Amino acid sequence: MDWLSKNLPYLMAGISVGGQYALIAIGYTMVYGILRLINFAHGDIFMCAGLIMVYSVTVMPMYLAIPFVLVTTVLIGFLVERVAYKPLRSAPRMSVMISAIGVSYLLQNLALYITGGLAQQYPTIPWISDVITVFGVTTKRVTVITPFLVILLVVSLVFLIQKTKIGMAMRAASKDFETSQLMGIKINSVISFTFIIGSFLAAVGSLLFFSNYTGVTPTVGAMPGLKAFVAAVFGGIGSIPGAVIGAFIIGISENIIKGLGWTTFSDAFTFALLIVVLICKPTGLFGEAATDKV
Amino acid sequence: MSKKTEVIINVALIGALFLVLFLLEQNLPSTHMLFTVLKKGAIYALVAVSMNLLNGFTGLFSLGQAGFMLVGAYTYGVLTIPVADRANVYMYFDGGLIQFALHPIIAIILAGALAALFAYLIGLPVLRLKSDYLAIATLGFAEIIRAIFQWDQLGPITNGSNLLRNYPSYKSVLFYFAASGVCIALIVMLINSTYGRAFKAIRDDEVAAEAMGINLAHHKRIAFVVSSFFAGVSGALLAMYQTSVQAAMFKSAMTYEILLIVVIGGIGSVTGSCISSFLFIILSEWLLRFLDTETYIGDFHVPLLRSGFRKVVFAVIIMIIVLFFRQGIMGTREFSVRSIYNKITGKSRKKEEGGAAS
Repeated sequence: MDWLSKNLPYLMAGISVGGQYALIAIGYTMVYGILRLINFAHGDIFMCAGLIMVYSVTVMPMYLAIPFVLVTTVLIGFLVERVAYKPLRSAPRMSVMISAIGVSYLLQNLALYITGGLAQQYPTIPWISDVITVFGVTTKRVTVITPFLVILLVVSLVFLIQKTKIGMAMRAASKDFETSQLMGIKINSVISFTFIIGSFLAAVGSLLFFSNYTGVTPTVGAMPGLKAFVAAVFGGIGSIPGAVIGAFIIGISENIIKGLGWTTFSDAFTFALLIVVLICKPTGLFGEAATDKV
Repeated sequence: MSKKTEVIINVALIGALFLVLFLLEQNLPSTHMLFTVLKKGAIYALVAVSMNLLNGFTGLFSLGQAGFMLVGAYTYGVLTIPVADRANVYMYFDGGLIQFALHPIIAIILAGALAALFAYLIGLPVLRLKSDYLAIATLGFAEIIRAIFQWDQLGPITNGSNLLRNYPSYKSVLFYFAASGVCIALIVMLINSTYGRAFKAIRDDEVAAEAMGINLAHHKRIAFVVSSFFAGVSGALLAMYQTSVQAAMFKSAMTYEILLIVVIGGIGSVTGSCISSFLFIILSEWLLRFLDTETYIGDFHVPLLRSGFRKVVFAVIIMIIVLFFRQGIMGTREFSVRSIYNKITGKSRKKEEGGAAS
């Protein structure tokens, strides 16, 4: 019991961070599933969502600011795809990846310009930022809500992908890009839709994440972004449940490592895990084995 | 134009370049912006070429350059701080473990060697991966290297997350040009050797290259290790140029910057990388500085201009190049005396080669 009360805070923080990574990881895994592109800018879109929140609460009430953040983030994600990725659809994969890195560089520098390089204080969202006590541990309510919200969102997303027409189109596109085009699927709208969902979830993730870690800086998205990508690889790229489970595992292990006093290595652990996964089981936990055609 | 005259012209041009630099140094104050820019440009040219060797010539999309630069920079700093200054620099770690100082040139070579050793070890698992997975894994390793170098337990050697400073450094811009020039020449020689041809074959088609009897693992490892060696050397030069160094600056953003330099110059062009790194540094450190200061023309306050705007403009330019001028400045072509000569005299390259053969 003593052990539990000592380690429960880390475990809870881990589950909560894991849920937030999961929301980002879904964006990576869906985009990679269809375009075979690591969307390096995804972490920065997450950061933008944080910044938009910071600035929008200064001009509008909270109940308007939250939907506003969600809508503008989705818009940014949509625009990034249209401007930076769509023109390169027939280009080699390396060019698209470089373009993604370019977008990430642009968004970070834009944020640096707007914020002036100072960390911005994230506003307190009422109710979810309230301090509560669970099993003798004081924490913010967001810590407890996150896993449930994540599960709810993931279930509805899986439903969307399995049961609706656009979901079927997305599955087809990720199976075979060219054939699905031949079958009359409007590939551009499917890709746009993927980016919209990804950015929406990243925006929700940012609401939760920054309620816990309140400093928003231009590079704040880079690390969670990379970790979420690792989570997506770990779970098997293209698989949504895999990404979510991977994200929870990474979030929890990271916080356990922090709890053991090895904070320096909490980031390093994530990448070590990535390398182990890529070497031992490149398809991840739930990924489908893909064969290379010569 | 015969081979001999080409060599003579090249040597003469290099000699002239060094003479001009020497004269400039004699006549301008040593704090002039021009020298700062030229030094940094030479260092970035070296690291950009080393990255190009991997990304452009071997087709390995690696994003670990900043990590290897960090290894080089720290090796140089740690090994050359004069013994007398160590107590001061390592004030949190009782003067540190290492109590000797090497000659800077030896330290630079060791910096490269240690970076190459790291690359060899990292390459063992990582080089089995393909394209984007390789990119992410090398990016991850660079982050791990940074975390390890900042680790408090290693403080007696690396000074933890504190600055390394007080090490000796060469002030003359000639040294940076010579060092980076020699290294780039070595890389060019490698590219033109049979190894270089094998690298290009791997880049163009791995399966075909393997079928032609090229040992993939072996050649990829050589490219990775050599590239990291020179990244390490450039890290050492960067440490020297800055006169103090801290692990926190070698973030992935630095690798991105180098990658973008390579892209602007043209992936697969050594001279392109050199040109674009000087262009990049000169523009970003010097000519576009005015974008960062608030300006008034008469009473009119020029909008947008304030700290940070320069980088935004830069990022936009880079995006335009990435999207619309995918070849960069040089594409895969090289700038050389011969190509200019041929252009002037209107001879095509094929003709000349055919003439030489007959």
